[in-house]
Order: sequence, then structure tokens, then C-alpha cells
Amino acid sequence: MATVLGGITTSHIPAVGNAIQKELYDDPYWKPFFDGYPKVHAWIKEHKPDYCINIYNDHGLGFFLDRMPTFAIGAAHEYRNEDEGWGLPSLDPFPGAPELSWHIIESMVADHFDITSCQELAVDHGFVVPMQLFWPGAPHNPDMPKTVPISANTVQHPIPTLARALEFGRALGKALRSFPEDAKIVILGTGGLSHQLDGQRAGFINKEFDQYCLENIVSNPEELTKVTRMELVEKAGAQGTEFLMWMMMRGALGDDVTEITRNYHIPISNTAAGTLLLECAA
Amino acid sequence: MDQPGYDYHIDIPGTTIFDGKQAMKGYALNKMCYDFNRAENREGFKADEEGWMEKYGLNEGQKQAIRDRDILKMIEEGGNIYYLAKLAGIFKLSVQDVGGLQTGRTTEEFQDYLKSQA
Repeated sequence: MATVLGGITTSHIPAVGNAIQKELYDDPYWKPFFDGYPKVHAWIKEHKPDYCINIYNDHGLGFFLDRMPTFAIGAAHEYRNEDEGWGLPSLDPFPGAPELSWHIIESMVADHFDITSCQELAVDHGFVVPMQLFWPGAPHNPDMPKTVPISANTVQHPIPTLARALEFGRALGKALRSFPEDAKIVILGTGGLSHQLDGQRAGFINKEFDQYCLENIVSNPEELTKVTRMELVEKAGAQGTEFLMWMMMRGALGDDVTEITRNYHIPISNTAAGTLLLECAA
Repeated sequence: MDQPGYDYHIDIPGTTIFDGKQAMKGYALNKMCYDFNRAENREGFKADEEGWMEKYGLNEGQKQAIRDRDILKMIEEGGNIYYLAKLAGIFKLSVQDVGGLQTGRTTEEFQDYLKSQA
């Protein structure tokens, strides 16, 4: 059976892709952000996961408002990165793992999660930036795992509750651990932390709330399910609702985790950037 | 469209909850912006803004908000920031420019505001 090694979270700000392309690792603006990743790289190099579950939120590339799945799971042989409207160069396709995708879909629907399966799915910065951060040169890093993207709706309310996100993660973890292959799996939860792009409150960041989330997601994620969706918008900002991806990731890890590294920095672009690596108990 | 008798949200000053009501109101505007994912549509808009807005069936309020480059008005008219970001790209506005425009700050002032929250 497969093993879940752990989970890694990161913000997935579009500007990061640009900074990587320009190799701004030591630039004074970027250094405090990029300093969060060497320990992640070392951990990945040591454990070499075979599969990566990339939990992200689409921002208007893979899905539009004509059909907006609350939870969508990729089931493709590969995932194309495409122009998001800014004419930036796209990365080469990321290799999929449809056999694992369908195993997850079967298991989760059996566990009463009504998901949308996607045999074609263009992936945007929410998916791609974390891959570039964790596997430099992605998708051409020699250690690049095969991937299953999972996207949750944070574009249009009603969005899922934090409790549902955590439950989703638990069912996902169960599905992964029953995959009949001696494989190692890492789970990414991307997006966040606090930020708001729109309205008169644009630029809102909430360090205190982010710290509360970072503390509790490690050892007491259940506490966070008390936060209502409207409180999440109020305290994390309109786009800080991406924290749901972190909750989904966390649910899949099981109760017993060890924090390997953490980084938090304000601001990158309009966002409080957070990175966290949690290892599952053996 | 309205749904009387039930309030799904709390009031968060300076924040528009993009829900079903807004999504229906802004559908044409957001559809046009979503289609800016393709370069040929960006070129089409740049060549003939009025004709392009007409083609997507934007209402007068939405058209005027775009003519005025008024981001807050676009949001009021049902625009969603993720789709509007593609339009902002055509206008060569960064997310900090957009932040400044919405909050009455220069881009530099907006960046300073972000840093002040560290």
C-alpha cells in the first residue's frame, strides 16, 4: 500500500513565477521568501516522493462560472499550463497519474464526496508556482513526481466550509493509503495566507490571524473548523479563503505530524506568504 | 435577481462577497474577461473596445466602468477580481496598481501600506 510522507504548503502568488524566471533568490525583496524553501528541497531530496497531490484553487483558467465545481479532481495523463491572459511563457506539461486519480475518485465518491472528474484540465499559477518552488526546473526536475491536481472553488460563494475541507482531506488520506502500490506520496496545499485583491479593503493582511492558523493547523486543525466562511473572508481577506487548501492537505496527513520547517513573510505582492512542511508519523 | 428573506452573509466593509447574485449580474463582463486568456481575444478588445463589449453583451454600467477604468465600479457591476485581473493585464496594471486605484493611493503608497502590516 502507498504511504503518505507528509504535506507541504506554500503561497502561490503569480509574481513568484516571474521571480523564479529572473532568479531573484538573493534580491532583498525576495530573499526572505525564498529562504523558506531550502529545507523543503532537502526533505524532498531525502524522501523522493513518487506522487504529488497538488491541492490548489483555479483562478479562471481551468474553470469558468458556466460550470464551477466545488471539488474537482484531475484524471488526465498530463496537465497543460496555459496563458492566463498575461501572455507569460507557459511551462511544459506536468505528467499525470490517472490510475491514482481514479482510485481517489472511486474511494472518495464511495465515502460520499461528490466530486467532478476532469480528463482535461489546464493548470494555472496556483498549481504551477508550488511545483516550481518545490522542484526547481519543474516539470524537468529529475525527481519530479507524477501528479494529481485537486481544485476547490474559492472563486464564487458559496465556497466549502473549513470543516468540509478538513473532512475532504481525511477521505483523501484514506484513499491514498489504500492505493495498492508501494509508493510514496506528498500532498501540497497551496494558496494563502491572508490577502485581499478587490474592493476598498484591497491590501488587507492579518498577521495575527495567519499566526493563529499556522499554529493550529499543525496540532489542532479541528479548532479551525470553528471559523465560519464569512469570518474567514473577514479575517483572512477575500482571497485568503485559499486557506481551505491547507485544511484539505492537513486532513489527509492524519493526527500525528511533525513540523519540519515553517516560513512566514509580509508582503509578497499583495499577500502574506506562508510555507509549512509537515511530516507524517512513520 | 434577488433572494428576499434570507441573508447569507455578514457585512464586511470594503468587501463584496462574490456570490450567485453577483455572478449572475456580472456574467457577461466576467465571460469577456475569462476569454482574455486567449491572445487573439485580447487583441480583438484592444482593436475595438466598444465593439468587443457589445459582442459579449455587457450592460451600459459595465461598459462605462471599463471606459472609466473604474475597478470598484466593475466589481459593483458583478466583476470578479480573478477575471478582472486579465483585463487589468491588458491595461498593463499590476496588482499593486489595481490595489492603489481601488483604495485612493498611489502604487507606492499602496506598497508601503502592504509593508506596514508586516
